[in-house]
Amino acid sequence: MQMQTVKIVVTGPFNAGKTEFISSISEIEVVSTEQKITDGAHVVKARTTVAMDFGRITVDDDLVLYLFGTPGQKRFDFMWDILSEGMLGFVVLVDSARPETFREAKMILDRFRKYSPTPYVIAANKQDAEDAWPPEDLRIALRAPSNTKVLSCVATDRQSVKNVLLELLHSILE
Amino acid sequence: MALKGNLKDFNVTQLFNLVNLARKTGALTIEGRDKRAEVCFKDGRLVYASLNGQAPGLIGLLEKAGKISPEQSSMIRARSTTSADKELGLLLLNAGYVTQDDIVRSIRDHTLDVVYLLFTWTDGSFTFEPNKLPSEGTITIPINLENIIMEGSRRVKEYEMLQDELPDLDLALKFTERPDARLRGINLTGEEWRVVSFINPRNTIRQIAKANSMSDFKMRRIVYGLLSAGLVELVIPEGPKTIVTATEVAAPPPVKRSLILRLIDKVKRM
Repeated sequence: MQMQTVKIVVTGPFNAGKTEFISSISEIEVVSTEQKITDGAHVVKARTTVAMDFGRITVDDDLVLYLFGTPGQKRFDFMWDILSEGMLGFVVLVDSARPETFREAKMILDRFRKYSPTPYVIAANKQDAEDAWPPEDLRIALRAPSNTKVLSCVATDRQSVKNVLLELLHSILE
Repeated sequence: MALKGNLKDFNVTQLFNLVNLARKTGALTIEGRDKRAEVCFKDGRLVYASLNGQAPGLIGLLEKAGKISPEQSSMIRARSTTSADKELGLLLLNAGYVTQDDIVRSIRDHTLDVVYLLFTWTDGSFTFEPNKLPSEGTITIPINLENIIMEGSRRVKEYEMLQDELPDLDLALKFTERPDARLRGINLTGEEWRVVSFINPRNTIRQIAKANSMSDFKMRRIVYGLLSAGLVELVIPEGPKTIVTATEVAAPPPVKRSLILRLIDKVKRM
């Protein structure tokens, strides 16, 4: 039987935690294309994803789920439509402790919603940070529709990432 | 001799500054992709503006401003023997339909709407033809350029903010399902009510703007207000697609329910 592959995209602003999210759940070491940051953003973190992150979950002999993380910096946004082609759904990861990124998160969300009418969830990441905005406040900040799932998330915690993925898969089922 | 150039090299603010300081008289035409505007100046003051060659005429402007009803507008158009705005204006004044102030305000508001929109144009070519003015029968209201330049610059910043907040006019709107959000008791302007009356997941924001003859800037401002007040939400337009963009990508192939259940089972077991 031919192997079937399906794809979920993890997107969000720069430094939202997309690479960590995929790393927490991927059965392979994440194929990452991070580069040293050469512009002013280096004060936030030293490396960033310029093309994509790539993780894998093998379900069985004939089904594989791929997780693609989009580059967070806007100048690499040409990759977004390439990565989103044929996706089952997507996760918008937002750093809940950095409200200055919410506007960009909303812009990314609007753009991905426009690409394809696929289900999505918003993951309010870094909920373990002291000044993290609660998911319901984040919903208002992002003007997310009332029926959109805005989920608490800590991308470095496998159980939390599993929960986000399960919620997305349930949304796809609905 | 006509002045010619490109907005990338010499923007609208700089052009208006030039006209103002040199007290120029003439017509400035700006042309870009799918857009064209003509603005006339007399002795350095703005006197006329039209967009995409569409001069709505005095009757259209008074109707848009709510000074005459659509029925009155149709009746005046059917009965009048002239299309010159100056003559129509006199007829309307004498018949007591409108006041002189109504006419001045309607024309002034329209002229300013067009001109403020120009400040958001960043590309396109321009030509300034000295001494060219609108046709004889057109009513011209002279407006000083200093305040327009100040307000235009302020609006550019606001436009950029609104563009960031609401980049996609091809999305639709629906009323929020929040139980505490109710239109009753909220003070909306006439223009906001007109937008509200079109809110439906089938209508894109762009379509609503077109139906109400509103500029993108004005529409963004109203929608931003409604969104900020939590009255509406952005949604993907329902029904048959009327707008297809270049960035739109292929929809995923239909996926079997059993496949998703297998994925759920796998993730649960991880």
